[in-house]
Amino acid sequence: MSISVEQVKHIALLSRLELSNDEVNKFARELNEILSYAQQITELDTSDVPLTSHAISLKNVLREDEVRSSLSNEDAIGNAPDPEAPYFRVPRVID
Amino acid sequence: MSLAAKTVTQIRQLLKEQKVSVPEVVADQIKRIEEVEPKVCAYRSLDTENAVAQARKLQAQIDKEGYPSDQPFFGIPVALKDNMCSVGQLTSCSSKILENFKPPYDATVVSKLKAQNAVLIGKTNMDEFAMGSSTENSAFVKTCNPYDLNCVPGGSSGGSAAAVAADQAFASLGSDTGGSIRQPASFCGVVGMKPTYGRVSRYGLVAFASSLDQIGPFSKSVEDAALFLEAISGADPHDNTSVDMPVPSYSEEMKKPVKGMKIAVPKEYFAQGIDPEVKAIVENSIKELEAMGAVCEEVSLPHTKYCVSTYYLIATAEASSNLARFDGVHYGYRADGAKNIVDLFSKTRAEGFGDEVKRRIMLGTYVLSAGYFDAYYLKALRVRTLIKQDFENVFKDYQAIITPTSPSPAFQFGAKTADPLEMYLSDICTISVNLAGTNGLSMNAGFTKSGLPVGVQLIAKPFDESTLFQVAWNLEQALDLNCKPNL
Repeated sequence: MSISVEQVKHIALLSRLELSNDEVNKFARELNEILSYAQQITELDTSDVPLTSHAISLKNVLREDEVRSSLSNEDAIGNAPDPEAPYFRVPRVID
Repeated sequence: MSLAAKTVTQIRQLLKEQKVSVPEVVADQIKRIEEVEPKVCAYRSLDTENAVAQARKLQAQIDKEGYPSDQPFFGIPVALKDNMCSVGQLTSCSSKILENFKPPYDATVVSKLKAQNAVLIGKTNMDEFAMGSSTENSAFVKTCNPYDLNCVPGGSSGGSAAAVAADQAFASLGSDTGGSIRQPASFCGVVGMKPTYGRVSRYGLVAFASSLDQIGPFSKSVEDAALFLEAISGADPHDNTSVDMPVPSYSEEMKKPVKGMKIAVPKEYFAQGIDPEVKAIVENSIKELEAMGAVCEEVSLPHTKYCVSTYYLIATAEASSNLARFDGVHYGYRADGAKNIVDLFSKTRAEGFGDEVKRRIMLGTYVLSAGYFDAYYLKALRVRTLIKQDFENVFKDYQAIITPTSPSPAFQFGAKTADPLEMYLSDICTISVNLAGTNGLSMNAGFTKSGLPVGVQLIAKPFDESTLFQVAWNLEQALDLNCKPNL
C-alpha cells in the first residue's frame, strides 16, 4: 500500500498543514518508507485478539456534577495572539 | 567536590545539618550552569533571579524551624522538561508554535514540587513536542552530550538528561512516550525512569500520545530517582488516567537484597544490530546480578520485532489528535496574511511546526482516516495486546527483565537525520515498555572504549516500581561506577 502525492495533499488538508510542492513530494517519499516498514504488522493473525486502546483497565472515571472554579477570563486570554478582552479575535468564519 | 556535583540525598543531608545554606547551594548551581551551559546547552530557559530570591526565603524558614523532614526536595534546584506547564514560566515544547507561551496553570507534578519548596531553576531543551530520539528536532538550540560534545544527548528529553549529567541540576523531570527518558539517560550516563502508566499525573504535561506518555525523573543515583518518584506519584482528580494506588516508600524498599530473585533476559533484545560493546556491558551487569544471587534466565518476548511499527501507528494517531489544538487561535504563534480561518490554521501550523512534527501528524491523520483505520490503527491496537501479553507471560515467572536501553551508545549529530525510519529504530529497546504500560529504568552500566556511557534497562511488573528500584540499587552498588564528564 503506497501513498500517492494526491493522498498526501488530502492528508495535509485534513491536518490543516499548508505544504509546498517540494514538501508534498518529500513527505510522500518519507511516509511511504515508514508505511512500508509498518506493513509487517499485517503478517500477524490477530483475528481473536481484543484491542488495547488503553494500557490500564480503568473505565468511566467520573466525578460529581458540581460547579468548580476554572481559569479566570484574564488568564484564559493571557497568551492570545489577538485578544479583545474578553474575546479571542479571529478572521471571519462565516461569509 | 563542589556542591553542584553532589546528589539530592547528599545535599539534603548537608542542608539538614546546616553545613551549607540554600542560597549557597543555589549559587553554586547557577555558577556551574554558567560555566558549562555554553558547551552543553541543556536549557531552553532559566529562572535564576527567582531561584535566588526563593533560596533566601527558604533559608529563613530553616533558620527558624529547621529543615522540614517531610519535604525531601526542600531547597533543591531541579529542572523541568520544556513541555511541563508552570505558571508564568516559558514553556515552549521547543517549538516555534509555543515560543512565547507562559502557562496560566501548574502541572500537577509542578504543584507537588512547589508544595515541597523545590527550586524550579529552568526548562530544559527537547525534541519538538517530544517527537524525536536525539533532541536534534528542537526548534531553538542544540544540546550536546556532556561526555562527547560531537554526540547527541539522546531524546526527546535530551536537555533534562544532559543537565543532570553535567551537574547543572541535582535532578530533573522528563517525559517518556517511547523511551524519551530512558534512552537519553543511557546516552548521558545518568539514571532515568519511566513509571507505570497512571502512576504519575499527566495534567499539565503537553500531550503527545495520551495512552503512552508518562513523566519520570532523571537523577545521579538510584536513591534520588526513588525519592523523586515518591514526590511526584499519586492519583490526581485532574487526570482521569492516574491510578488511585498507594505510593510505597521506594527509597526504603529498594535496599532489600536481590538474592533468589528471578530476572528474565529476553533474547530478542540481544539479537542482530546491537553494538558489541553495548552487549558486553549489559552482559557484565547480568553477571554482577548473578554474583549477588539473582537467577538470570533467557526468555522470549516474541512480538518484539513489531513494536516499532505498532508504536509509530498508535503514537502518531494520538499525536495528530492532540496537536490539533495548535491552531493560532487561543495561544501560541499565529501566522500573518491568512485569507480566511482555514488559511489561518494551515499557515500557522505550517510555519509553527518543524518537519518531524508535520511528518507524524500526517502519518497519524492517514492512519485514522476512512479506509485505512481498520488496516492500520485497529490492527496496531490488536498487536499492542499481543505485546502486552508477552510481558504478562514473562512476569508470571520472573520479577524483573533486563535488556540494553539502546542498541548503540550516543551517535554523532546528523548521523540519523537523513532517514526518519533509522531514527525510529533507535527506540527499539524502550518502546515495548510504553506499549505494555509498565515501568522501566535505565542506569549507567559502563563506558565504551571512546568514553561514551552505556545504560542497562530494567523493567518490572506494572506498579511494582519497588522491585525495579531494588534491582537497580543493588546493581548500582555492585557496579560502583562514579564518573563525571570532562567539561
